[in-house]
Amino acid sequence: MKSYDVVVIGGGPGGYVAAIRCGQLGLATALVDEWLGTDGKPALGGTCLNVGCIPSKALLDSSHHYHNLAHLLPAHGINIKGASMDVATMQARKDKVVQTMNRGVAALLKKNKVDAYSGHGRLQAGNQVAITVHGGGEEVVAAKNVIIASGSVPVAIPVAPVDGDRIVDNEGALAFEAVPKRLGIIGAGVIGLELGSVWNRLGSEVVVLEALEDFLAAADRQIARDALKAFTKQGLAIHLGARVTGAKATKKGVSVKYEDKQGSKALEVDRLVVAVGRRAYTDGLVDDDVGLAMDKAGRIEVDETCRTNVEGVYAVGDAVKGPMLAHKASEEGIAVAESIAGSAAHIDHRTVPWVIYTHPEIAWVGDTEQQLKDKKIDFRAGSFPYRALGRAHGSGETEGFIKILADAKSDEILGVHIYGAQASELIAEAVTAMVFRASSEDLARTVHAHPTLSEAMHEAALAVDGRAIHM
Amino acid sequence: MLVDVKVPVLAESVPDATLLDWKKSPGEAVARDEIIIELETDKVVLEVPAPQAGVLSEVLKNSGDVALSQEVLARIDTEATPAAGAETGDKQSQPAKTAAQAPAPAAAESASSALSPAVQRLVEEHGLDASAIKGTGKDGRLIKGDVLAYMDTNKPAAKPPAAPVKAPPSPPPAKGERAERREPLSRLRMRIAERLVQAQQTAAILTTFNEVNMQPVMELRKRYKDQFEKTHGARLGFMSFFAKAAVQALERFPAVNAYIEGNEIVFHDYQDIGVAVGSPRGLVVPILRDVAQMSFADIEAKIAEFGAKASDGALTVDDMSGGTFTISNGGVFGSMLSTPILNPPQSAILGMHKTEQRPVVVDGEIVIRPMMYLALSYDHRIVDGREAVLFLVAIKEAIEDPARLLLGV
Repeated sequence: MKSYDVVVIGGGPGGYVAAIRCGQLGLATALVDEWLGTDGKPALGGTCLNVGCIPSKALLDSSHHYHNLAHLLPAHGINIKGASMDVATMQARKDKVVQTMNRGVAALLKKNKVDAYSGHGRLQAGNQVAITVHGGGEEVVAAKNVIIASGSVPVAIPVAPVDGDRIVDNEGALAFEAVPKRLGIIGAGVIGLELGSVWNRLGSEVVVLEALEDFLAAADRQIARDALKAFTKQGLAIHLGARVTGAKATKKGVSVKYEDKQGSKALEVDRLVVAVGRRAYTDGLVDDDVGLAMDKAGRIEVDETCRTNVEGVYAVGDAVKGPMLAHKASEEGIAVAESIAGSAAHIDHRTVPWVIYTHPEIAWVGDTEQQLKDKKIDFRAGSFPYRALGRAHGSGETEGFIKILADAKSDEILGVHIYGAQASELIAEAVTAMVFRASSEDLARTVHAHPTLSEAMHEAALAVDGRAIHM
Repeated sequence: MLVDVKVPVLAESVPDATLLDWKKSPGEAVARDEIIIELETDKVVLEVPAPQAGVLSEVLKNSGDVALSQEVLARIDTEATPAAGAETGDKQSQPAKTAAQAPAPAAAESASSALSPAVQRLVEEHGLDASAIKGTGKDGRLIKGDVLAYMDTNKPAAKPPAAPVKAPPSPPPAKGERAERREPLSRLRMRIAERLVQAQQTAAILTTFNEVNMQPVMELRKRYKDQFEKTHGARLGFMSFFAKAAVQALERFPAVNAYIEGNEIVFHDYQDIGVAVGSPRGLVVPILRDVAQMSFADIEAKIAEFGAKASDGALTVDDMSGGTFTISNGGVFGSMLSTPILNPPQSAILGMHKTEQRPVVVDGEIVIRPMMYLALSYDHRIVDGREAVLFLVAIKEAIEDPARLLLGV
């Protein structure tokens, strides 16, 4: 039986990153991943690469360009007549992007001498992993350590069963071959909003049904308000407090029934996307006699260092508690690899950024005002709008603002919230600042290039002290 | 070799001491007996000298921290050379690295380059020693909050940074600037405040007044002061007269020299008289012991010694403990009349004031005499009004006729 120092189950951003790091640290490593691409070949990278982060951003960019043709370019003096959207080309490009990334991960694993198995991995007692290899055969390997990175799957709701055709989840919504005339989306979370944005820009009439009363409950309240206005203006019809009670797919479309404050409603759409959340995926992952402890939400129970209750078994990413974000999974993967190799590894969940790739983008790190109030921490806030930035006017993208929350006594930055173009990139500065426990004054005394959007971070820091220059 | 620098043995009544500013930073050379830090207790400021020469290698407590008797505050490396940033003896393996790094905060530029912008600004603005501040940021870095917290618990640096040269001349910038300035109460001040309030709330304090003609004493002094100084080496002031007069009166009225302790009155058959002295850190009261046994010269010499020690912050706890009676002189600051507060647990205090030429009546005629108002505040719980008045009269009479001190009448 082959024996490894580490066997990683799952090849997504948690698993493959952990495997690469293990390889870098000289550990004999194997990775087992069961994903097969549309061509039936192994497709490493997990949900993120195949049906998540990567393809969605590819489509968001494609659709954003198309949207700009009609909405942004005329102001620049560019007039296009007869522009059309070739969905097949868009999808082919997306598929190519995904394939490139798949191959990239495979290459990285090879470079770091990680044995990659394509198949289903199952943890057995005694730290053995049984691999049901695609294409036949079963192999059992011994592992001194096992890292479970099995990720997550979409939550299914019985009232709207996914059939992969009319009623789809994120995987289906990324693969439409034509622009749906009317698109219904259950769930106004990150995935629902991003997918809704893609098809809305390409011409769909999009209706989003969100059961909660609050929009983007985890985000800064002002961002949530401004974003709701912006997305509605863009054409997304977002209904809050709307709970779907039934969805029936026919050959021609989907009949959706839902209830809101005013009573029962009905809606006809061509396609319906179910995007109500994700749950840890551990189906068929562990033999019963392993005795792996799970929590109430079906996730693998771990401590602060990602150790499970079984000696030598770790778990990271969406399969365990914490934000379901790829970079969080990767961070945990690296920490576990380093801890197995004997270094002290530390995972800082306080400084994990969140990003929503709508337009304008939304990004934040740290606490919101409400969270600080709940913790009874006195804070000062400084905010600066994009429309006061020269760069924003130059590009024509003036919607948005950056807000910094700092401790009232020590001035340490406790939260940064960005709404606007490039938020996903701009947030990195804030994360670095918070890792170093910088004060708003430190950012205020840091030179930011002009003319850039990053100057909004600088001015927001000045604004904490009531001394913004350009406002 | 590493030598410990410890908190000196504290008197039993002093539980702990607060560190004031470090006078030396890690990496700096110290000479033997050089004062490297001062500690503030409830009563005195203690100087801590370096027990041996060497380089201050590590500082274990920050300014503003509280330390216990004999606690180790710092270590001195007797074999190190300064500015090399050497810490412990076994650093032979990385001399190059030490030079490349910027460890010794003695090199101000290299230290400031490792400080974040906000920290640097605060350190420069307030003339702080960054090495004296504990860092709680990533990898022990200093963050703005650390500096702010440090400033909250420490007095501002003795030497403010070079004040910017302002073009406008002499008139102070009182252009309606209503800025506030906050300074933390020093431990000494807080303790004094506590004791004053305690005195006021425990005792039934009343004050009785009288006036004394200082002319006889002044004449006596004029006649003998040079000879006195030549013989005894001490200047003849007025305090010795008052101290001696007080001793005589205290012998005559023992209640004034007593304390209340619980349900008992404690009488003392000796007189330890505290003489209130102003010091840069506040009012302190060193005690003259057994004044009945002291000569005028002894008293004057001791008072001069106390004055010097007070301004140097060198008074010990023992110097200031005990005391059965206190004399306070507000006259040196120009006070004409006042109601001194008791120095607990004592039951009385004599207040001397400014001597002023005043018209008084002698044998039916108005004459000018140098008059001083005397005030005696007393605890009415054990000193009754009659006693207090007579006590003060006794002092007055002894001053106005110093022969009484000689004859004991």
